[in-house]
Order: sequence, then C-alpha cells, then structure tokens
Amino acid sequence: MAEPRVIIVGAGPAGVRAAETVAAAGLTPIVIDEGRRAGGQIYRRQPDNFRRPYGDLYGTEAERAKAVHDGFDALGDSIDYRAETLVWNIADGHVWTASGKAQEALPYDALILCTGATDRLMPMAGWDLPGTYSLGGSQVALKAQAVSIGSQVVFLGTGPLLYLVASQYIKAGARVAAVLDTSSFTARITALPDLLALPSVLWNGIALTRAIKAAGVPLLTGVTPVAIQGDAKTGVTGVTVRLGNGEERHFAADAVAMGYHLRPETQLADLARCIFAFDDLTRQYLPVRDGDGRADAPIPLYLAGDGAKVLGARSAEASGRLAALAALRDLGLPVDKGAMIMLRREVGRYGRFARGLAKAFPWPHSHAAALADDTILCRCECVTVGDVRRTMDVTGAAETNRAKAFSRIGMGRCQGRYCGHAAAEVIAAHGDFPVADAGRLRGQAPVKPLPIAIGEPE
Amino acid sequence: MTNPVTHSDVLIIGGGLMGSSAAFFLRHAHGKSVTLIESDLVGRQASGTNFGNVRRQGRPIHQLHLANRSLEIWRKANKLLGSDVEYLQSGHIRVCYRERSENIAKMEEYAADARQNGLDLEILTGNTLRDRFPFFGTDVVAGSYSALDGHANPRLAAPAFARAAQKLGAQVFENTRISHVTKAGTDFIATAKDGRVFKAPILLITAGAWAGELSAQFGEPVKLTARSPTMSVTEPVPYAIAPAVGVMTPLEVETVYFRQVARGNIVLGGSTRGPAVAETYRSFVKPQNTLTQLQQLRRLAPALARLNIIRVWTGIEGYMDDSLPVMGPSGTTSGLFYAFGFSGSGFQIGPGVGQTMAELIATGATGIDLSHYRVERFTGVK
Repeated sequence: MAEPRVIIVGAGPAGVRAAETVAAAGLTPIVIDEGRRAGGQIYRRQPDNFRRPYGDLYGTEAERAKAVHDGFDALGDSIDYRAETLVWNIADGHVWTASGKAQEALPYDALILCTGATDRLMPMAGWDLPGTYSLGGSQVALKAQAVSIGSQVVFLGTGPLLYLVASQYIKAGARVAAVLDTSSFTARITALPDLLALPSVLWNGIALTRAIKAAGVPLLTGVTPVAIQGDAKTGVTGVTVRLGNGEERHFAADAVAMGYHLRPETQLADLARCIFAFDDLTRQYLPVRDGDGRADAPIPLYLAGDGAKVLGARSAEASGRLAALAALRDLGLPVDKGAMIMLRREVGRYGRFARGLAKAFPWPHSHAAALADDTILCRCECVTVGDVRRTMDVTGAAETNRAKAFSRIGMGRCQGRYCGHAAAEVIAAHGDFPVADAGRLRGQAPVKPLPIAIGEPE
Repeated sequence: MTNPVTHSDVLIIGGGLMGSSAAFFLRHAHGKSVTLIESDLVGRQASGTNFGNVRRQGRPIHQLHLANRSLEIWRKANKLLGSDVEYLQSGHIRVCYRERSENIAKMEEYAADARQNGLDLEILTGNTLRDRFPFFGTDVVAGSYSALDGHANPRLAAPAFARAAQKLGAQVFENTRISHVTKAGTDFIATAKDGRVFKAPILLITAGAWAGELSAQFGEPVKLTARSPTMSVTEPVPYAIAPAVGVMTPLEVETVYFRQVARGNIVLGGSTRGPAVAETYRSFVKPQNTLTQLQQLRRLAPALARLNIIRVWTGIEGYMDDSLPVMGPSGTTSGLFYAFGFSGSGFQIGPGVGQTMAELIATGATGIDLSHYRVERFTGVK
C-alpha cells in the first residue's frame, strides 16, 4: 500500500508543528506555504541579507520563534516543502495549487489547514486613504523590511496586537503619535480571571503598556473612532477620536495602523465545505471542529492554529501537533495517546486565555451600526455603508449574500475578508435582527487572485 | 387550524427571470392579479448567475422574433422597472477560428437569414476585424458583429422585475417550496411544504431545472438535465472592450465568452459546464473547468492573460435534450402553461418570454410563433 498522503497548508507555528508530527510518524507530508520561507506571519523571517537578531525581531517571543524556525529547518528532506505557493481551491478530491504560472492538483488522504489569521477591521471615515494600514501589515513592514509605515504613526483599534506593534515601533525608533484603544479599561478587569490562565503572557501585555507610557506616547482607552483625516493625494494627515467623556481629540499623523484583534482565514475550510457555526463571544461564524481539530466536513479535514479560531501562536503550536496526531490516528497509524491528552489540556488553557482577550478587547460592533452613510464599507468595490442600507431598503435583502448580489459588498478581490464582519453588523443593525441572522459571505475560489496565465508554459 | 389560502387570477411557480417578467407584464399590461412563488430567492439560480449576454445572434432564426421583442424591453428596462439593470447596448461579436474557417460561410448564411428577421449583422475579416477589435488572438479569422446587442447584470434583472411586479400589486412569496400541485374543478391548487395553499384558475410553471417534477404532476414528464455554468470575473481594469464576445464552434470546449462591465471587471464564462443536482440548490465550479476556460480565453484574447480572476461562481440551469425551451400551453390540462428549460440561453429572451406568456395567458393568443417549443415534442401526447 502506498504511503498515505498528508497535505499541510501553511507553515506558521501550527503548520510547522503539524509537519514535524507527521514526519516523525515516518510519512512525508507536503507543506504548502504562501510565504517565501516558513514561519508564518507571527514568526515571519527577515530577507536573507538582513541580520537583525531574534530578540529585536520577536521580543519576548524570540525563543519560540527560533524554536519554530529551527524545528522547520531540521525537517529538511523529510517533508515536501512548496514555498510561494497558493492553494486557490479545495474541490473534487484535490488541493489546487498555483505558483507563478505553474499549477497542480494534489490528491490527499488527510488535509490539515493551518491558514493563520488576518486583521479584523472596523471601517471608519477615511480608512480608504493612502497611509492606512492594518496592524498586521504595519508589523510585517517592520519585521520583514525594517521600515515604518510613516514618520508619525497612530495606532488605533483594540487587542493585544495594538500594544505589541506600537511598542515594537517605539523600540525600533519610529515616532508613535498615539495608541488609541476602543476597549475600556474596566473590560480588562472583568476579563482578568480568564486572562490569569496564562500569567506570563498577561504580564508581558502589562509590560508593553508600561513601555508605551514610559516612552511618553499618549495611550487612551475607551475611545470611539471619529475619522481619519487627509485626502487622496497627500494621504493621511491625522486621526480624530472621541473620548468616553464626549471630548474629541485630534492627533496629527501621516500613517494609521488599525486593527481589532484578528480573524481566522477560513476561506479554504469553506471551500472544503466545512460546516460553520456562530460564535457569540466574538460575533463571527467559525468552522466547526472537534477538540482535536477534526473539521465537520465531507472530507478528511483538520483545522489548527489561528486559521480555525484565534487563540494565539503558542496555542497554534499545540493545536498543530494535536491535529496532526488526530489525522495520523484516523489514518490508522499508531499515535501517543498520552501526548494527545496533554495537548488537549494545553489547548484548553489557551482557549480560556483567548476568551479573556475577547472580553478584554471586544469587537466594537456598535461602531458599525453608528457609521455614517458616506463611509466606505467595502474598499475593494467602493461600496458605502449607505449603499448597503439603501439596498436593504429597496430590495428587502436581509442577509449578507443577498446584499452582496445587489450592492457588490464583498464582491472584490478580498471577497469580504476585510469588510465582511462589519458588513454583517451594518446589515443586522439596519435590519434590526441578530448579527448571526445576517449570515456570512459564502467563499468562492480562488481565495486570492489567480492569474489567467495559469497553466501556460513558462 | 386551517392553512392560509391565497387566491389570484394567475399563479406562477418559479421566480426566475421568466416568472418574474411574466408576473410584471400580467400586472402591467393586463391587470391580472398574480401570485409569484419562488422556492428559494428570486433570480438566485440560472437567472442570477448566468453570463448576462443580451445576445440575439446565434439563436435559431425562428427565435429572432422573440429575441427582437425582448430587446425592445431591455432597452427601456430601467424606466419600465424603476431600477438599473445595467443594460449596456455595446454590441456583440461572434468569431470563428482559423481551423474552422468553413464557419465563415455559415456566418454569412446566418447573417443573410437574420437580416430577413430583423437582426443586422456585419461580417468582418482580416485587417478590418483586427483594426476594430485588436484584442483578438491570431487564431481568430472572422467575426459576425451585431451593433444592437449587448449585456446586462443578471444579478439585478429578475429581482428588478419581481419588485416592479410587486409594486403593481403582485404577491411574491420567496422561500416557498411547492410540494404538490393539482387541478380541482376550475382551480389549480398548489400546496407549499409548510401547508400554505395557493389557488388560481391559471397556472404558469417557470421553475427552470425544477420544473420537471411539476409538469409530471400533470402527466407531462420531460427530461431536464441540471447543469452549472463555469463563470469567472477579473479584477477591474480600464474600460476598453465594448462588445460582448463569443466563439462560433461545434466544440463546447471552445465556446468561451467574455464581456467588460462599465466598472471595468471582465466577466467570462463558457467552454465547460459542470454537473448539478437541482435538489441541493447549490452547485460548485469544478476547478479543472476554470483552468480549461482560462486556457481557451488566452487563445481568444491573449492580452487578457496579464489579468487575474478574483472570483468564480455558478448556479443551476435546466437543459432540454434539444436545447430549446418548453414554452406554451400544456397538452393535457387547460389553464396550465409552461416556460422553462431555456438550456443556458434564456437571459436575453427572458423579458420577451414574460411578455409573451402574459399575452398568451391574458388574451389567449400571441404573435410569437411557439410551435418549436411545444411540450408535446417530449411527451408524445397530441
């Protein structure tokens, strides 16, 4: 009998640990990575000729980053690594890949998706201006290319990444105009019991806040974003927010990094026809899987890391291992059941901490309901909040896919990955029904743009 | 508890473009009370996911009268319906490849017949073709150009007709699946899965790929094959390609087509179709079909190879074995009418079909020749 074929999509902390686990069982997994080198986004490596030490790049997580990189490098030929390769569809029993013009359709016996996360974004007036970046994007600029997104940067949004990236910018010598958090300080107190699941991580977070304050950077909590100022030619010139007491504050800036925690990249799970269920705490649809990562899908599909649910990089390593062990077990291979029990416990602890984060840094859904009609909601297709509300009024569309068909919301190149959650909130608020009833945008291939030249001889 | 009963002059089952436009014209032109029932959402399947070609050329000559009638409606649709269906009369060109240059003669022959039937076509070859449409590949040797054809947005059209019908007083029920329909006395009685009952002396079945199970309930089983088109769209690029473009060829794999919408995206379809199961209400594009389609597109218009597609989609279409629709009165039951099975070619003629069916139902006659579309050609019942 031929060796079972395990395909792992993604080479961040989850993908690398899944690959190690599969390779340790004597199989040769195919690891497909959109990146140029393994590490994922959080442990993204710098270009070959850059020489910054791990401590500078990854701060408190330097050891973990190095361990993931070293772990991957040690795999060598025991895995089949495909860098700079996009999985653009999962269908008809195959994983469909594109790399430049080259394409392949790979069959599999088990498929482990470790697709990671991207920023969860809340639209605001002016977020379409040049100079507006996601938190993740601004971190990549610094981590990979050692550049700042501007000479005077406002950090706006909520979540641990807000504090992490702002402090990384400060440490790197960039000028940070302000750190503006939509979450209230009291939310953090409420979340404390859950956050104590990981005391050391909590402590790291508190240290980041102190470092920002120590650098003399204004740090405001409980803010409501008002507008990003500027124009299409010069780009961002400043940011205005409203404080809890109603006072408006303006900060001059030529760049804004914004993000409201992260959202999993679930499009491939969707194309693989995984079932999704609504998560009340984070107000989004997530792929359904069991405690080991087995997806509720018609194919042997496993989900791990932040691509299934945002639980952080440490959890991703554990869930990557666990999903791989589950896959091996389902393939009839011997696995260490004790290890699985330990990993389940570990993942559970991270789950509790993530619940704490979701409570401490909540998705400010009421902001979506309050957006002005002329605010752009879908940047790919230039659809405004008012366009969507009018579409609902005129056509009776009462669900995001129907609103998409009539208004083009989420119809562009990102397919709603960046506006979909906010669109659902706008639709639910305007229609006065629970956001779960607004549904979720159905994914369509290709998950990222696919060249028409695909398959052409080079 | 008794189930609610809805009465009207005409009951229409199937809220695609045919049913929606028939409902509109029954209200607009004939003042009939109408109930339109859709098992899912209006225009969600074939009517909403097709390519959007408002194309007369290439249709059977006997269909051009209907196509011309429909074109008149497309041209005034925005005004008639009070909403924009993005109709663009930007021309349509059908080309043939060098390997099948015998098609040039067929094109000329078709153009001569079409001219007799109200469709003006211009045959272009060599440098004339290349000067006017420089984006064609070197395999393209001739083209048949129709200046008065164009394209519209299928996602918007059927819902716009249904909303306009509703404004004129038609009752529209979405998410209403009819499980059983029968005729008792002078009334048709349609019972929904949830028990609601709809009654009318006239029944029009416009249920696309789902129509077969309904016509069978009147002793007229027909073979309908569900298929799903392979559709893709590129990112937006500067508007540069006016006509909708298609290929004249006997080989299905070569039948790729594309059009550029006003905001710049290029919509492409054809070359292959996928299988579908109507009962599931969801169909999927086969990745291999997308790859084959892109390969064919590169041959037709090589410059487009520099673009990316950003999305694919499909829906469920109903095909008849002879690719012609079933359209007209039932052969077994008085008061029963059909308009379904448009076999992937219904979008352009859709509004004309609605107008024609409304006229036939309301007045008992129509000037459009429906002899080619009789249901009896499948059932054998005379």
